[in-house]
Amino acid sequence: MGDFFTTFADALPQLLSGIRITLILTASGAVLALVLSFLFGLMSRSRSIMVRGTSRVIVEFFRGTSLVVQLFWFVYAMPIVTGFQLDDPVYAGIIALGLNYGAYGAEVVRGGLNAVPQAQWEATIALNMTPLQRLRLVIVPQAMAEMIPPFGNLLIQLLKASSLVVLVGIADLSFEAEKIRLTNATEATAAFSISLVLYFVLAWLLNTGMRAWEGHAKAKLGRPVPRKRLLQPVRADQGGAV
Amino acid sequence: MSWWNNQAALELFPLLLEGFRITLLATLLGSLLALTLGLVFAFIDRTAPEYIRRPLGWVLQFIRFTPPIAQLFFAYYVIRPNLGIGVDALTVGIVVLGVHYATYNAEIYRAGIEGVPKGQWEAVTALSLPQGRAWFGVILPQAIRRVLPSLGNNVIILFKEVPVLSAIAVTEMVRVGKEYTSDHFAFYIEAFTIAGLIYLVASYPTSLLMRKLEVRLGN
Amino acid sequence: MATDTTAAQVETDTQALGPVVNFDKVVKRYGELTVLDELDFSVKPGERVTLIGPSGSGKTTILRLLMTLEKVTDGVIWVEGEPLSHMRDSGGELVPANEAYLRQMRKRIGMVFQQFNLFPNMNVLRNITEAPVHVLGLSKDEAAVRARELLELVGLSDKENAHPSKLSGGQQQRVAIARALAMRPDILLLDEVTSALDPELVADVQNVLRDIASSTDITMLIVTHEMHFARDVSQRVLMFDKGKIIEEGTPERLFSEPREERTQKFLRAVLEGR
Repeated sequence: MGDFFTTFADALPQLLSGIRITLILTASGAVLALVLSFLFGLMSRSRSIMVRGTSRVIVEFFRGTSLVVQLFWFVYAMPIVTGFQLDDPVYAGIIALGLNYGAYGAEVVRGGLNAVPQAQWEATIALNMTPLQRLRLVIVPQAMAEMIPPFGNLLIQLLKASSLVVLVGIADLSFEAEKIRLTNATEATAAFSISLVLYFVLAWLLNTGMRAWEGHAKAKLGRPVPRKRLLQPVRADQGGAV
Repeated sequence: MSWWNNQAALELFPLLLEGFRITLLATLLGSLLALTLGLVFAFIDRTAPEYIRRPLGWVLQFIRFTPPIAQLFFAYYVIRPNLGIGVDALTVGIVVLGVHYATYNAEIYRAGIEGVPKGQWEAVTALSLPQGRAWFGVILPQAIRRVLPSLGNNVIILFKEVPVLSAIAVTEMVRVGKEYTSDHFAFYIEAFTIAGLIYLVASYPTSLLMRKLEVRLGN
Repeated sequence: MATDTTAAQVETDTQALGPVVNFDKVVKRYGELTVLDELDFSVKPGERVTLIGPSGSGKTTILRLLMTLEKVTDGVIWVEGEPLSHMRDSGGELVPANEAYLRQMRKRIGMVFQQFNLFPNMNVLRNITEAPVHVLGLSKDEAAVRARELLELVGLSDKENAHPSKLSGGQQQRVAIARALAMRPDILLLDEVTSALDPELVADVQNVLRDIASSTDITMLIVTHEMHFARDVSQRVLMFDKGKIIEEGTPERLFSEPREERTQKFLRAVLEGR
């Protein structure tokens, strides 16, 4: 057990460089996913059947095919089809994560918007707001409070899913851990244990942040959440949206 | 369609289907484990004393908050060599996915059990049914019925996560595609498009079925 | 050319003198259910009209049609001489209105709802200033000055920073009234504005509305079950049943000597219910 701690010190710097890529993938993937969630979510409420249908097809497609397959497709197949080589496979990873979680997020946005009472829409019409103002000033700020918990779940799923980039050779946290094992098999225990703990810490931080945001958003709507409940992890019953 | 090679596609298709058999096998056994173990976790959470429930809760949370791939590496390279018995990669993969999704299914069962009306518990007590009879005859059938669609969705999600097993060299479908493309340094589009379509064809009808079930069970 | 000018002149004149609201054979159906049946009625500028009748008689639907929350099935609603539900296409024909046209028309109309419908993501002041700033294009300061005047009018000057959820129902409704007035509507629609309030809070809201009625010339359409309030504020009462007006008159006459049997029955039921 003694060498666990010496290898621990050896492994840490390499793992930290992997964490950087994991964080980049998670943060950029989340931003892209958020934008796409709103795009597809709003499209799914459109009056035009064309717009609704398009969003439906995109969402079903990215939910129906495995994220791993999408990842392979974006890294290996897309450059051939489009003739456009992304200079770093990390971009392909971000696109795959963003599209996949954007598709799941679209359902969250749709549900959140539906949760805002019809009467609030009517009040915005009575005040003669434009459709965009209705959303921006009144509906989305209220819907956000409903969306934050499921978005928090998706964010943690996205963090976990970012580890799939190992399969296409992107040097994230899991990749670095595996690399340590390949160079020196005796360090495998330390490397994999630390990587697990690091993922847990990241997920826990994200979860805590999202719960705080939820509390803040609900308090602003005059619906404070008991502090005790906010300290608990979000009760997620659906596994990784892969 | 200069970038699409029909001959490679025709050659790939049966190979991918062969890999898909492994994918389905892993899905089936992994889900079976996830469904039973999840129920066990939920049962312990409901009946065991605090000093068991609390640490179990931490462990489940840890599993939920870490990626299956990292768990897979840990299980395959750290736990497996210390087991003293030979366990193949596919088995390790099935167990890791099964345990991972069991932690999610536990939450689903928990919600389902909590959703059973209080009157049912009171009736069980009033009839002085033995514990086992009460759980398996009355409570669980109702609880599971309500959460069937959610459990089904986790089966679909696990199914889509099986390709992570390629990280420990399980030759499921995506691994087959990857090996084929690296052997030829080509046919990436054919391999991963077909693999994607096979996934879509298998998972989309199933998720439609789950949605239908959800509507029929009235939640 | 000369005749054109005259025609235009005539039209402006009718606008000035004619009704501010005019329902022309308006039909509203929900599937099989007919809520309004070829309804004709009009409201003069500055007039206060109370709509009464049993629930389901179509009175709230009238307000919702005027606020463009619903679409007419048939017929045309005119507001200040212009079609509300419809607009004229290039050939002068009436076609269903589009969003841009509706926004033009909605400027003239404000509504206060039974359930207040304040925005929970804003404090009291912002509830009132939001639409003037974003819809009318007022500066934030201008809008705030006006909002404070209105808050004073409704007796809530000390609540401008409060969150709506911290207010009583009566206070929320008074904020909602201020919010509607901040848009300077020509026509104010009041949809059972005191029905959701605890009895002891009703008077405050009614007093505010009495003030507004006596100090402004806003046209008001009021749906209410409060007969005293209707008597105080309105010049005319319309009794609805099954999507039609079955009796109308001054509140004094209609409340004290209703002619129709259904009106008598309805008024008795309302009085006993109180």
